[in-house]
Amino acid sequence: MKPPSFAYASPSTLAEAVNLLASGNGNAKVISGGQSLMPMLAFRLAAPDLLVDLKHLKDLGTITIGDDGVRLGAKVRWCDIENDRRLVRSHPLLAEAIKHVAHYQVRNRGTIGGSLAHADPSAEMPGVALTCDGEMTIVGSGGTRVEKASSFFTGPLQTSLEPDEIVTELHLPAWPATRRWAFREFARRKGDFAMAGVLLFYDLDHRNCAVDAHIGAIGIADCPIRLSAAEAALNGNAVTEDCIAAVAAAAKESIDPPSDIHAPGAYRRALLGTLLARGLQHSIS
Amino acid sequence: MKVSNSYVGRPMERVEDLRMVRGRGTYVADVNRPDQLYAVILRSSVAHGTIRSIDFTRALELPGVRHVLTAGGLGDFVPRIPVRLQSLPELEPFHQPVLADRKVRYVGEPVAVVIADTAAIAEDALEHIVLDIETLPAVAGREQAETEPSLLFEGHGSNTAITWRACLGDADAAFKSADYVRRERFKVQRHTAMFMEPRGFVAEWNAVAGEMTVWGTAKTAFYNRRVLAAALGLDEHAVKLVEVDVGGGFGSRGEFYPEDYLIPAAAMIARRPVKWTEDRREHMMSANHSRDIECDVEIAVSRDGRFLGLRGQIWADIGAYLRTNGSVGPRNVAQCMSGPYCFESVDLRSSMLVTNKTPTGSYRGPGRFEADFARERLIDIVARDLEMDRLELRRRNLVADSQMPYPLPTVTPFESTNELDSGDYHAVFDRCLAEFKWEDRSKLRGRLIDGYYHGLGIGSFIEGGAAGPKEDARLVLETDGSLSVYLGSSAIGQGLETIMSQIAADAMEVPFERITINHGSTDHVKDGYGSYHSRSTVMGGSSILLAAEKLKELIRETAAKRFNCSPADVSIDGEKVSHAGNHLTFSNLSDIPLEVEASFFNSKHTWAYGTQAAYVAVDPGTGHVKVIDYLSVEDVGRMINPLTLHGQAIGSIVQGLGGTFLEHLVYDSEGQLLTGSFADYLLPTASDFPNIRSITLELKRCPNNPLGAKGAGEGGIIPVAGVIGNAVADALFHLNVQPNELPLSPPRLWQLIEEARQ
Amino acid sequence: MQVAFELNGDPVNADVEPRTTLADCIRDRLGRTGTHVGCEHGVCGACTVLVNGEAVRSCLMLAVQAQDEKVVTIEGLSGDQLSPLQAAFRKHHALQCGFCTPGFITTAHALLTNEPDADQERIREVLSGNLCRCTGYIPIVEAILDARSHYARDGEK
Repeated sequence: MKPPSFAYASPSTLAEAVNLLASGNGNAKVISGGQSLMPMLAFRLAAPDLLVDLKHLKDLGTITIGDDGVRLGAKVRWCDIENDRRLVRSHPLLAEAIKHVAHYQVRNRGTIGGSLAHADPSAEMPGVALTCDGEMTIVGSGGTRVEKASSFFTGPLQTSLEPDEIVTELHLPAWPATRRWAFREFARRKGDFAMAGVLLFYDLDHRNCAVDAHIGAIGIADCPIRLSAAEAALNGNAVTEDCIAAVAAAAKESIDPPSDIHAPGAYRRALLGTLLARGLQHSIS
Repeated sequence: MKVSNSYVGRPMERVEDLRMVRGRGTYVADVNRPDQLYAVILRSSVAHGTIRSIDFTRALELPGVRHVLTAGGLGDFVPRIPVRLQSLPELEPFHQPVLADRKVRYVGEPVAVVIADTAAIAEDALEHIVLDIETLPAVAGREQAETEPSLLFEGHGSNTAITWRACLGDADAAFKSADYVRRERFKVQRHTAMFMEPRGFVAEWNAVAGEMTVWGTAKTAFYNRRVLAAALGLDEHAVKLVEVDVGGGFGSRGEFYPEDYLIPAAAMIARRPVKWTEDRREHMMSANHSRDIECDVEIAVSRDGRFLGLRGQIWADIGAYLRTNGSVGPRNVAQCMSGPYCFESVDLRSSMLVTNKTPTGSYRGPGRFEADFARERLIDIVARDLEMDRLELRRRNLVADSQMPYPLPTVTPFESTNELDSGDYHAVFDRCLAEFKWEDRSKLRGRLIDGYYHGLGIGSFIEGGAAGPKEDARLVLETDGSLSVYLGSSAIGQGLETIMSQIAADAMEVPFERITINHGSTDHVKDGYGSYHSRSTVMGGSSILLAAEKLKELIRETAAKRFNCSPADVSIDGEKVSHAGNHLTFSNLSDIPLEVEASFFNSKHTWAYGTQAAYVAVDPGTGHVKVIDYLSVEDVGRMINPLTLHGQAIGSIVQGLGGTFLEHLVYDSEGQLLTGSFADYLLPTASDFPNIRSITLELKRCPNNPLGAKGAGEGGIIPVAGVIGNAVADALFHLNVQPNELPLSPPRLWQLIEEARQ
Repeated sequence: MQVAFELNGDPVNADVEPRTTLADCIRDRLGRTGTHVGCEHGVCGACTVLVNGEAVRSCLMLAVQAQDEKVVTIEGLSGDQLSPLQAAFRKHHALQCGFCTPGFITTAHALLTNEPDADQERIREVLSGNLCRCTGYIPIVEAILDARSHYARDGEK
């Protein structure tokens, strides 16, 4: 399981990195932590001609917390999020979801940019970006653009990134301190990709009813998805047992998870309902 | 100074650890020879087909590629790998060729060997070999093996290689007259040993001397040497197999695989040393798979709960070829299904079916893990039907001390009888219940606490060990007074050096530190059998005891000449010999090393035995099972090293939990292996099963060897699936959920719960 | 391609293909074979080394990415005497075949260096990224718990 042959460059500026990618005729790939790419190289599922290492790029590794929310540089690692105690208050859903990413050693190198670009349908970070109306800053030959997560993830391991583009930052909108939220996922073992996972938040209006519900799911479709039927069932309602049951039912009805060796689709559908109900329960406790 | 003779039975820290914890071990991937090349194997990506052509011209053109070896290059006859255990002439058609010979029969079957300057270049070359295979319908499981017209071996006429039969008493008569009969279907999924160190070899051919040296042997070096020498056309003594540190075996490593031939053959062809290290993906498709058994069994019970009969049919999916120990599991499952219980009659047939999957072989507790799942589940189902207490039902049928030795069913063909040697099964059963606080906890049955249903399970087991026919030991008292022990046994990670040092130090009454253990390699002793069937400690250890007696005799004779007296008048005291006030130490006794050799012969197996209990909680929403407490109590006759024995027990149980909940080698209907990485083949991790306990007893010594010990490396794993299955059924008692198929994965359990609720 | 980094305190360099993993470089080019390769796809943890003090899977890092970094392998954790962790592994019989052991010890060393108070649950969580097929993990956890006192923060011990 030796990777195929490729060239390697470690540019010192973003512009240089973009130029190198552009020069690769679609066969150059970005590497940073490499925690998703290296296994693909080992299995020869990826065979780039050139790897462009972001190692020497400055300023992509910072976590900025401001009035407009949280900004995560692309090179922010899982361990950086875990160790930044501010995030527990500034973005508890992010902090909780990231606890479930991979294992200790991988968390020391794996980056949010890598996870977003890799776009595994079961991965937590794309789920967070999508559920929280995240926006990616993307730099390429054509300049800088900002793209919403809702249009960024296009399929299994597929995104709207062009071959010469690099995700440089993820912006998550500000998180009100009173917001209700939950993260639930179920995996066979600690650190495995989830068989299903749910991310949710909503705010309570003056009648104690849920408004602005955001419910996202991972592991049940070919990319992370928002469960709009479930959101509709939650919005405007008091979060009671009946409401929770209705939201879970609406969610289950609206999805059609694929079967694979780890679980049949019917199981994933039921599991998502269970996790969503449990998450909502937790959000009111 | 009298040396205290008490290493055996003490929890000695291992000598192996001193190198291993510092990264100073030498595993086969750490062995390098000057000027070596690297081999990589092209494996079939088609499950069943006829090879039309192999074109490797473009591969040979790549810089750094030296040779490509295919079946066509091996001459007129492609060597077949003989069967090591239960070898029968009628099974010869199923022996595996070392390279696919005209047909491919499983995904992963070796088709060609590329030899290149680096492993990476050799892998690059694989992509330039054009393999044209005409695909045939794949036989991907039992159903297809029995019904598809597609045959793996056309000459044989069916996909059933052989049917074993285990018989005791008159089962048909028992079933005719029984008050109660129950029939159930059980399935144990394909999974396997999955040791952590990938297999590998470094082979070096000395063309001048006509000698082949191979590093990386394990388990059965002497048998493998015979096979390799014959296949290469060499004299046995021109082949030297060297054992280095071995990263786990569990029944799978060390058997003679195609690569055991291919890498030495590559070294002969290349005339340079050749190194091969398998990667994890190819390990999963090439090293023996295991288990994969389905059975349809029936139990007959009297009104008062006595087991009258056990009969039925077992189907073992053995994959594409019969491997060296491929019959062991399918055979054992029939012989051991009655386990530690008195069944008045047994009639079980076990058919080995060939399919287009990786061939199977032994994995820790072969056949016994599967048999115990069926039996212990069946007993709980009977107890539920008859409204009997499941403990009482077991007590009524466990073999009693007074019935020992107790016969096991006789297996045919390759007739083998066997008997349980000794034990107080009832005492161990009761001890387990007491330690587990069964009575208090039994109130938990079916209770819903914090969203989890709680339940208990129990099961008893027997563990065979110490297979004969013999093991060899050579003892050398070196001129400096230290003692070198050379053994036919091999180390596979079980702490052999430490255990054998303890036995040798006690036998010779010398300090532990004075002993050096040399094992595994073919040049240490004349012959050897190796490490399988939990045999090393009993067989190798007993041979050391015999050799030690001979060495003491030689020491007396040597001293007698120096003292000018009769050997009988020489006393040995620690490292000192004395006669009439004259003393000599071992280090100034002789100018030449004193050397003896002895063999321990054994035709009877040892039977360790025990009982295990589990306390689980089931989440009906996810199908997840928490193992809250797990206890094993086992009597091994005599412990050599409680530390290492305890480690074997705990590790073995966790492997069993892996096989029960997580591990599954999944194939699709085309015979493609879908679990080719550690992301898909799920081993237990540190956070899965934190609560495992093991208690080892020395109640009944084995009467059949001088140590009094019983093989004890496998017991832990044997009853786990049955015990857990019973605990899950107990937790879901109100739903009458009967988990009779493994693995008990969350989706499967969720499904069973859903079905029961409808 | 030339790569130079610090290995167990010593400057080293090697001429490697860009595709060479750090694990293969350390083992095959630099001859430190204590780092073991068990899966080459980032799951088993046997190849764990420390890069700038952090536990990293050396099969998921290219050798060229280690340029100018400080790499420590199992060989760098002790001299002739066993380190406290190594001694605890021996005492608790936390290894059988020993193949996964270097990865467990490097991982545990990084953990205890940064979190000397790690409790059993945290230790198990961290170790869940390392596979051991022999021990069932229980003695490994016990060994690490036992070795914690040697990592207590300066002034606390």
